[in-house]
Amino acid sequence: MELNPKIPDGPIEEKWDRHRFRLKLVNPANKRKYRIIVVGTGLAGASAAASLAELGYQVRSFCYQDSPRRAHSIAAQGGINAAKNYQNDGDSVRRLFYDTVKGGDFRSREANVYRLAQVSGNIIDQCVAQGVPFAREYSGYLANRSFGGAQVSRTFYARGQTGQQLLLGAYQALARQIGLGKVQMHPRTEMLDLVLVDGHAKGIVTRDLVTGEIQSQAADAVVLATGGYANVFYLSTNAKGCNATAIFRAYKKGALFANPCYTQIHPTCIPASGDYQSKLTLMSESLRNDGRIWVPKKKGDRRPPAQIPEEERDYYLERKYPSYGNLAPRDISSRSAKEVCDAGLGVGENGNGVYLDFRDAIRGLGKKVIRERYGNLFDMYEKITHENPYEVPMRIYPAPHYTMGGLWVDYNLMSNVPGLYVLGEANFSDHGANRLGASALMQGLADGYFILPYTIGDYLVSAGAQKFAADRPEFRQALDDVRGRTSRLLSIRGRRTVDSFHRELGSIAWNHCGMARTEAGLQKALSSIAALKSEFWKDVNVPGEGEELNQSLERAGRVADFFDFAELMCADALHRRESCGGHFREEFQTAEGEARRDDRNFCYVGAWEFAGEGKPPRLHKEPLTFENIQLAERSYK
Amino acid sequence: MDFELHVWRQKSPKEKGRMEVYPAKGIHADMSFLEMLDVVNEGLASQGVEPIAFDHDCREGICGMCSLVINGIPHGPERATTTCELYMRHFKDGQKIFIEPWRARAFPVLKDLIVDRSAFDRVIQAGGYVSVNTGSAPEANTLPVPKDCAELSMDAAACIGCGACVAACKNASAMLFVAAKVSHLGLLPQGRVEARDRVQSMVKAMDQEGFGNCTNQYECEAVCPKAISVSFISLMNREYLKSSFQPPAV
Ligand SMILES: Cc1cc2nc3c(=O)[nH]c(=O)nc-3n(C[C@H](O)[C@H](O)[C@H](O)COP(=O)(O)OP(=O)(O)OC[C@H]3O[C@@H](n4cnc5c(N)ncnc54)[C@H](O)[C@@H]3O)c2cc1C
Ligand code: FES
Repeated sequence: MELNPKIPDGPIEEKWDRHRFRLKLVNPANKRKYRIIVVGTGLAGASAAASLAELGYQVRSFCYQDSPRRAHSIAAQGGINAAKNYQNDGDSVRRLFYDTVKGGDFRSREANVYRLAQVSGNIIDQCVAQGVPFAREYSGYLANRSFGGAQVSRTFYARGQTGQQLLLGAYQALARQIGLGKVQMHPRTEMLDLVLVDGHAKGIVTRDLVTGEIQSQAADAVVLATGGYANVFYLSTNAKGCNATAIFRAYKKGALFANPCYTQIHPTCIPASGDYQSKLTLMSESLRNDGRIWVPKKKGDRRPPAQIPEEERDYYLERKYPSYGNLAPRDISSRSAKEVCDAGLGVGENGNGVYLDFRDAIRGLGKKVIRERYGNLFDMYEKITHENPYEVPMRIYPAPHYTMGGLWVDYNLMSNVPGLYVLGEANFSDHGANRLGASALMQGLADGYFILPYTIGDYLVSAGAQKFAADRPEFRQALDDVRGRTSRLLSIRGRRTVDSFHRELGSIAWNHCGMARTEAGLQKALSSIAALKSEFWKDVNVPGEGEELNQSLERAGRVADFFDFAELMCADALHRRESCGGHFREEFQTAEGEARRDDRNFCYVGAWEFAGEGKPPRLHKEPLTFENIQLAERSYK
Repeated sequence: MDFELHVWRQKSPKEKGRMEVYPAKGIHADMSFLEMLDVVNEGLASQGVEPIAFDHDCREGICGMCSLVINGIPHGPERATTTCELYMRHFKDGQKIFIEPWRARAFPVLKDLIVDRSAFDRVIQAGGYVSVNTGSAPEANTLPVPKDCAELSMDAAACIGCGACVAACKNASAMLFVAAKVSHLGLLPQGRVEARDRVQSMVKAMDQEGFGNCTNQYECEAVCPKAISVSFISLMNREYLKSSFQPPAV
C-alpha cells in the first residue's frame, strides 16, 4: 500500500493557499445533495458539523452523551494557542510552527503543522464573534498567558474553563443548525462499525443507547471526531466514556492506525488516593506559571512542607532546565516527577506525588491575584483532597491525558480509506510524539472550522452523490456483525465484571507502556494482555439485555476494543527502538537521562494495517522530511 | 464507613418505579459519591442484580452529565458541588442515603436515575447562540469588551446545563438555565444584535417544553453547582420586558 500524504508543493508558507485554490468546489446548489456523517461533537466534531451545515450539506451528527454539549472537550481548562502576537513578544506563525514541531520531538508532518499555525488566529476571531468570554485586560483587549514549551505568551483562556467555553461556542453554532433543520442530531447513540462500499466509507452502524436498537446510517462521506484513547490505561484524566471504539472499528475496516505508542502523560494531576479510584483529575498546567515544583532533598522526609527549609528542597525542574524551569514540556516534566518518586523522594501518604507550591507567588502577587487566576482550580483541588492549596502546597503526579497517535490522515485529513475523514484528537497529524499545552483545542477547531470544510468538497465532487443505498449487502453484513458481537458479549454471563477487566488491563498498559518502556516489559505486556483478553471473552459478566439502556454492555464493547487496541499500542512501542517525546524507551537515553531519538532509522510515521484476526498487523512507513526546521536534539536547558 | 442506600429503580420510561434498599459497606471517606455507587454496582453485578443506571462522564464537575437528588437535594448537601465532586467524607457513618432522579415534567425518567434532558438542547436551538457563520468573523481585537462585562458574562456562561435548577424548583422552572444563556450572550457586544429575538424565542421554547413559572423561591441558585446567581433572572426579565416593547426586527 502506498501512503501518499498529498503534501502540496511550493514553499511552506504558500502550500495551504495553493492547495485551496486547486481543490475542486462543490456547486452551492448541489451541496444539499450530499449527506455527511459526523461522529463526535467535541471541538472537532461540533465545529465541523456546524460549518458543513452552514455551507449547505446535509449533516448527521452523533455522540454518546445525552447532549452534544457534554463532549469531553468541555473539560479542557488551561487555554488555546494562537499566533496573534498581541503581546508583541516576538510571536509569529513561524514561531508557533517551530515550537510545535520541536515540542513534538520532530515526529510530525511539517506542512500540517505550518497550516495549523496559519489558521490559529482565525480561530480566536471566530470564537470571539460567537461570544466566547475570553479573559480580557482592563483595556478591554484580549489577555494571554504562557504555557509549557513556549517562551512567548500566546495562550487565550476563559478562566480555568477554556474548553467549556470554546465547546459551548461550537455547540451553539451546531444548535443553530439543528434548529434550522440542517443537522439531524443523534445524542445517546454510539457508533459501533464503519461501512465500506466499493472500498469507500459510506456509512456507519450505531446503537441507540436508550432503546438498544442497532441501525445503519448511509452517507456520502464519514467524519470521525471521536477523541483520544487514553482510557486504555483505565485511570486517566479523560471522561469515563471516552473510548477507542469508533477509530478502532475503522482500523479493522482498513484505515491505518498511526503512532499508537505516542501517548501523553500530563505532569500535573492529583495523585490516586486508593484502589477504588475511578479517574484522575488534571490540574491545569497553567498552574506551572506561578507554582514551583519541588521535593525534599532527603529521602523519607515526612515533615510538613512548611517546615522544610529552603536549602533542603530540590526545585528539580528549575535546577535541570534553567531556561524553561517549571515550564519545561510535558513529557520532560512528567518523567522528572517519576524519577524523583522512583528515587523515594515522593511526597504524600503513598509517596506518589511532588509539591506544586504557590507560597512564593502568593507572597509576590498576593492571594487575590492568585485567586483570580486559578480560583476554580484551587477550589477543585480542595474538594477532592480536602487540603487548602493557598496554605499547603498541592501534591501532583503525572497521569495519562492525551494521545498523539490516531488514525493516519493525509494533508486533507482523509484517511487511506476514501471518504473517511478523521479530525481532532482521533487523528495523528499535528503533535508528533508530544503535544504542547493549549494546542489540542487549537487543532480540533482548526480541523473542524477551517480545514475539513474545504477539503471534503474535493472528494465529494470526484465521488459523486450517492443514493444512500442502505439496503446494500455491505450494510446488512455490518449490521449482522454488530448484532453478533453484542449478543456474544451478553451470552458469556461469566463471573468477573467489565470494570475489573478494564482496571487490570489499564495497570498492565500503565506499568509497561506508560511513562517508561523497555523491550522486556513490552513483551511481558503483550503476553499478559493476550491472556487477560481470552479470560475476558470467557468470563466477563454483562448483566441485562441488548434491547434496553444497558451501561454494562456499553462498557463491555469499549473494553473489548481496548484489549485489541492495547496490543497494537504495545507492538508499536516495541518496534520503535528509540525514545522520542512521550515514548520513552529506557534502552535509548542520553547520559543525562534524556530521550535519545534515532533519526536515521525512525524518522517516520508508523502506520499499522489490520491484517486479520490473530495475525500481526502490517507496518507502513511515511517518511518525515524536515525542510524548514533543522532536525536537532531537543533541548530545554 | 457503612451506609443504607434507598435508590429509585425504574426499568424503563413506561414502567412504574420504586425505591429499593441496598447496603453500601466498607466505604472509604475519600471515595467520591459516584465511586461509592461504582462499588455498590460491582457488588450487585456479582450477585446477578442489574447495576443501578446513572449518568456521569467527566467526573470533575464540568460536563453536567451527573444528576442525582441526594437526600432530597439535587447534587447533595454540599454547596456549589456536582454529585461527581461530592465525597463520602461529607456523610455520617451508618447514615441512610436516599437517591432519586431529577423530577420534572420536562425531564422524563429513562431508566433508574437517568432522565431525558433534551428539552434544554431544544431551548438553546431556539436562539441560544450568536448567528455568525464560520469565516465571517472580524479580527478578534477589533471590538474591545470591558473587563467587567466579560467577567459577568463568564459568570453566566459557567452554566453546565445539568438541570439541577429545574429539579430543585417546586414549579420545575428553567428560568436560571435560560437566564444564564440570555445573560452570557446579552452582556457581550457580539450578542447584543440578536438580544431581542433571542430572549423572545428562548422563553417561548422554554414554555413549550413544559417548564413551570418562576415564583422567586431561589431554590435554583442554592443547588446550582456553579453558584450561578439569580440576579441573572432579573436581568433576563428586564431584557424580556424591553424586548416586548421594541418593534420586531425587519
Ligand atoms: C482534563 C483535560 C484538560 C485539557 N486541557 C486542555 C487545554 O487546556 N488545552 C488544550 O489545547 N487541550 C486540552 N486538553 C486536550 C483537549 O481537551 C482534547 O484533546 C480535545 O478537546 C479533544 O477534542 P475532540 O473534539 O477531538 O474530541 P472530544 O472532545 O473527546 O469529543 C469526542 C466526541 O466523540 C463522541 N464519541 C466518542 N466515541 C464515540 C462513539 N463510538 N460513537 C459516537 N460518538 C462517540 C463523544 O460523544 C464526543 O462527542 C485537555 C484534555 C483533558 C482530558
Ligand atoms: S460527571 Fe461531569 S459534571 Fe459530574
